[in-house]
Amino acid sequence: MLCKRIIPCLDIKNGRTVKGINFLDLRDAGDPVELAKFYSENGADELVFLDISATEERRKTLADLVLKVAETINIPFTVGGGISSVEDVEILLNNGADKVSINSSAVKNPQLINDLASRFGSQCIVVAIDAKQIDANWKVHLVGGKVLTELDLFEWAKEVEQRGAGEILFTSMDHDGTKNGFANEALSKLSTALNIPIIASGGAGTMQHFTDAFIEGKADAALAASVFHFKEITISDLKNELQIQGIPVRITN
Amino acid sequence: MKIVIINYGAGNIQSIKFALKRLGVEAILTDNETEIRNADKVIFPGVGEASSAMQKLKASGLDKVIPTLKQPVLGICLGMQLLCNYSEEGNTEGLSVFDVDVIRFSNEVKVPQIGWNQIQNLKSELFQNVAEKEFMYLVHSYYAPLCKETISTSDYGIHYTSALQKDNFYGVQFHPEKSSTAGEQILKNFLEL
Repeated sequence: MLCKRIIPCLDIKNGRTVKGINFLDLRDAGDPVELAKFYSENGADELVFLDISATEERRKTLADLVLKVAETINIPFTVGGGISSVEDVEILLNNGADKVSINSSAVKNPQLINDLASRFGSQCIVVAIDAKQIDANWKVHLVGGKVLTELDLFEWAKEVEQRGAGEILFTSMDHDGTKNGFANEALSKLSTALNIPIIASGGAGTMQHFTDAFIEGKADAALAASVFHFKEITISDLKNELQIQGIPVRITN
Repeated sequence: MKIVIINYGAGNIQSIKFALKRLGVEAILTDNETEIRNADKVIFPGVGEASSAMQKLKASGLDKVIPTLKQPVLGICLGMQLLCNYSEEGNTEGLSVFDVDVIRFSNEVKVPQIGWNQIQNLKSELFQNVAEKEFMYLVHSYYAPLCKETISTSDYGIHYTSALQKDNFYGVQFHPEKSSTAGEQILKNFLEL
């Protein structure tokens, strides 16, 4: 049976992890490679690296990082942040990334999804969608929720599926950072309406929240950052709990 | 030991190269027939779409080389599928090593299947020291049904083939290079065949 996936997300700026990551047992918690290795050895099913740097060297820095991560870890990983062309994607995949995630560039140029899917295959194209509710309608936002678009979450999700996305990473801006649980109603609606996997993001605070995202939200995978980085939840405890709840997960020893 | 990864412009070759490096083996990436024929072991990778991958193989003449290889050959993911008779994806004639046709998952399940699934009914030296129901990482929309060359099965809506073997040819639908320590064991077993 296919397992539900647990995905830690690492924010990267200029080749370093950001957001206070305080693993005491890591030599250099700011080193994304070291952190990635830690997670890969401690039960993570996949990793997401989100590059938030805004420098001119960012493309090269990210490409170098991908190469080092691929050399080190033995689980799949996705890279996102500022990816806007077929050339960008080619470099990252050639360096060993398994998937890339696109967000604003897909909204600005939806044809990019078709181009990437036909060139590299749907399986490596993740479309990230950030949305929040405005007057009971889920609206797509860009730039980490700062810029409102006219797009409706469910219509846009359907369109990206039709254009060839292999997966959707849905972040609820209303839930992100609250630690009050994932946007299960919207997740469930997405998961039912679409026939590609949905990754839940935004709101993880407790182990019960993950259970809810998988059962109520019908999510295929759940992504979180701070609860893992601050060791509020360990992946092995989480997976044991999910298994008790009857959710199929990959248990590692 | 000389290990060759067939480089025909389709797929995540870097990851396989790195996985072998973690096992202490420096693999050679090549599309050169002589180099491939002289290797002790050949890895035939593949990610992407079947018909365009097959076109690339034909353009380099590798479609004639691969089925005639005598040393152990491991097809991974699309590499495994291209070793079959035919794939529904892009209506593609395969290399006909494995006597099975690759078809698409039904829409009763999410397609592609992405993530960790269990492999079972293991029957091959490829799976030495690998437990029944071990987890492997898979990403695919098409699959090989059960057939006489099946050496491992998985469940995704249906019971299907997750690995094949015929003579010196092995094919795995999953990605051993991305399947943690259990995947590394399978690569190690292949290197030791």
